[in-house]
This record gives sequence, C-alpha cells and structure tokens, in this order.
Amino acid sequence: MSVPAPRKTDPLPKRARYLLWLAPLALSALAGCATRNDLYVLLPGKDGKTGALTVESEGKKQTLDKPYAAARVNRVGSVDGFTSSEAQAKQDFGPALEAQPKRPVSFFLYFLADTDEFAPESKTLVAQIFAEIARRPAPEIVIIGHTDRVGTVVYNDALSLRRAERCRDELIKLGIPKVRISVAGRGEREPEVPTADEVPEPRNRRVEISVR
Amino acid sequence: MKSRLIALALPMVLALGVAVASAEDAGQIKVSKGSAQIERAGKTLPATVGQVVQQGDVVVTGADGSVGITFRDNSLVSIGPDSALGIDRFVFDSTTHQGNFDASLKQGTLAVVSGKLAKQSPEAMKVKTPAAILGVRGTEFLVRTGPAKD
Repeated sequence: MSVPAPRKTDPLPKRARYLLWLAPLALSALAGCATRNDLYVLLPGKDGKTGALTVESEGKKQTLDKPYAAARVNRVGSVDGFTSSEAQAKQDFGPALEAQPKRPVSFFLYFLADTDEFAPESKTLVAQIFAEIARRPAPEIVIIGHTDRVGTVVYNDALSLRRAERCRDELIKLGIPKVRISVAGRGEREPEVPTADEVPEPRNRRVEISVR
Repeated sequence: MKSRLIALALPMVLALGVAVASAEDAGQIKVSKGSAQIERAGKTLPATVGQVVQQGDVVVTGADGSVGITFRDNSLVSIGPDSALGIDRFVFDSTTHQGNFDASLKQGTLAVVSGKLAKQSPEAMKVKTPAAILGVRGTEFLVRTGPAKD
C-alpha cells in the first residue's frame, strides 16, 4: 500500500531558465520603460590606489573614479551618479563581498647572475611558502621568473622560464604536487628596480612564487 | 627540516585531488556556499571548491548561494545569491599579460578585484549587464543588476 513519492522535477527546463534571464531585456526593448534596480560602485583599492570604472547605458555614460563613487541605472539609457559608503556597500553586496577569494600572496627568490642558482638567503623562504599554501582552499602555485636587462629580450624570456622551472623542481622535491604548479617567464618586462638596458641588477634576477 | 616540510605537505596533497588550472582553464573556484552550479555546454556541474571555470561557462547561484573564483590573471570575481555570471571570453598570455576578459552579469550581485589583464591594458576587461556596459580601468568594484521590485 505504498504511494510513490511525487518526483521532484525542475520546474523550468534549462532553456526556459535562460529565457527568463533574457526576459527583462526583451521587455525593456519593447516598452523602453521597464524599471531596473541596477547599482554600480567603485571601491577604494586595497593597495591604496583607486581605479576607475565607466558605466554606459545606451549612450549615457558616467565615469566613477573616487572611492565609493556609484551609479544607479533605473532604466536603460539613464545613469545617475551618487556617492555610496563603506557601510552601504556592505549592506548592498554583503554575500558577494564575503565570497571574495583570498588575495594572492607573492614570495621572491633571488638568483646569481646569468644562472639558475639560488642566492643563499632565499632557501629559508621555502617554509613560509609552505605555510601559506596550507592556509588556502584549492591552493595554486604560480612561479614567475624575471631577469635583469643584461642580454636580449628573447634570451631573457628563456632564462626567466628556466629560473621558474628550477624553482618548480625544488618545490616538487619538497613534496608539492607538480599538477598544482604552473610556471611563466616574464623576462625583463617587470623589473623590481627599473634600469637602463644592459645594466646588471641583482634585485631583478628573481623568481616570484605566487600562492593563490 | 625537510621531513617536517613533507609532513606538512602530505595531508594537503591528499586533501586536494583537483589539478591546477591548465592553459585552457580560465580560473578556479576558491569559495562556494549554498546552492551553486556551473552550466557548461548544456551540462550542469556543481560549483565546488577546486572546480575549474572555463570560457563559455555560466556560474549560477540559488537563494542561499555564493561563489568566489580566482582567475589565471589573478582577477578575483565573486557573486552573491540568485546570480548568474557568464564567462564570455578569457584569454591571458602569462608572459606578456595581454588578452581579454569579458564577463556578463545576467542577474544578481558581483564583486570584482581586477587582475593583470586590466593592469596591462585598460581595454582588456569588460563587464556587461542587461542594462549597461562597464569599462574597467582597475581595480575593485561592485555590480548589481535585475528588474526593479515593485
């Protein structure tokens, strides 16, 4: 005398769900007056620098370039600027802000000139790198090699990659799975200390180990 | 010292089965709460921590859901409840830092910390909503889009 439980089904097929997202667009295109609840807020950068954001809706445009500069779009083609606040932003965007991933952290290892040999003081950093990896969900390690400006761009691209790969091999020996590590060579493009071409600079002969 | 480091690393290795993002992957999910899925090529995948995100994916959350993603260029992107975010295009050259990141918030809330792409070129990152197009010159911003509630 068992009654089969009603089968739980998705109330809308997938295609219909996509159409739902499109519905407000279609309506506004038809009626031109559908009201919206859109809000755009520029935050101060964590590094102390605030960037800029342009908000454009059918030819109307606002540039937000100060901390908490904000714009409302209540209908397509209308952009109203105002100033929000830290508290207001937390209230409007709490869950999205709480879901932000941890910021990547970088460690630097230094190299002897024109080699992939570590400068001796760099070896002690490895323990700190391990600790950072252990703190993160689904950690990824990105190893980015850099050079000084002695040599050609092409040569330095190859040297920087070799330095990154040398680092990767050392981390693998210490037990970090290869599959979690990616490598890149930035050559001489991103000096820590800007110099003229062909100037040897130990502080630029480095590898960045970014944990994210 | 070395053996202690290995002891520290081993549980980590066992706990994390998912591979690091390959060149084709755009990013990886680092935070996931409540109901959250990835729509990919007609399939629905759970948006769990460690899951990779690719160009073409739509990340969708339910009423109690939120998701945080770290992209290959270090862009940090998170969405709140009842949200849908399309990863329309993601191309990143890790040597030159050139490429493109186009995303569309179809519904809900979004928090962004832009990464190396936007830093290299102000045109590299674009975010659109059903009502507006955003040009990103860095660095941190918030977006909410949806029909007005009466």
